[in-house]
Amino acid sequence: MTLLYFAWVRQKVGRGEERIELPAGVKTIDDLVAHLRGRGPGYADAFTDTKRLRAAINQEHVAFDTPVHAEDEVAFFPPVTGG
Amino acid sequence: MSGLDPQGEGGRECAMTTHIRIQQEDFDINSETKALRSGTVGAVATFTGIVRGDDGLAALVLEHYPGMTEREIARHVDEARSRWPLGGVTVIHRVGRLAPGDNIVLVAVAAAHRKAAFEACEFLMDYLKTRAPFWKREERDGSDHWVEAKQSDDDAAKKWR
Repeated sequence: MTLLYFAWVRQKVGRGEERIELPAGVKTIDDLVAHLRGRGPGYADAFTDTKRLRAAINQEHVAFDTPVHAEDEVAFFPPVTGG
Repeated sequence: MSGLDPQGEGGRECAMTTHIRIQQEDFDINSETKALRSGTVGAVATFTGIVRGDDGLAALVLEHYPGMTEREIARHVDEARSRWPLGGVTVIHRVGRLAPGDNIVLVAVAAAHRKAAFEACEFLMDYLKTRAPFWKREERDGSDHWVEAKQSDDDAAKKWR
């Protein structure tokens, strides 16, 4: 799957994009967040509080209990502030 | 801002063209609204968002999620078209580093009558603020920080549900 990070999520993680294999046991965005927290201190910091995060699968906003699949593009970002 | 619709109910449809652009460069409001005029358009409502130079703001830096941004805006223009009879709709959002006084966003909506144009313009701005994936970083006094989303913007979008 492709993972994308924006705004301060990108800064904390230290990259804007990466490809990973769907980890075993990861079925939802929540599961993916739990997995990513273990990827390093920057990830642990970025994914501490899911209330401060939003997610999209294949460029559509989703809730954190939404299922993820191996070929998905998954993005994590703060609440949007455009306009 | 308003005008007659001499052809009435039996008139030609307004040109229902949608233009969505995400760009670094500035936009020209006059040429954008001129492009929305046609024989059946009686009203063009525009909203222009501008970088507010308060509290010693030096610059705003905007980033976005390419692809999703255009899709999300297009989805809301489609939603607006299902609610109001609209002609052309143009949404331009700038990204990159902007200074106080610079334009950020333009929403321009053409319709036969003003009510549809006003309401659709406000609807699109409310959804742009809460759903389109843009993020603002403020630079001031040599430091910078990410702008936090506002509850008042969420509340504004909720009134359209």
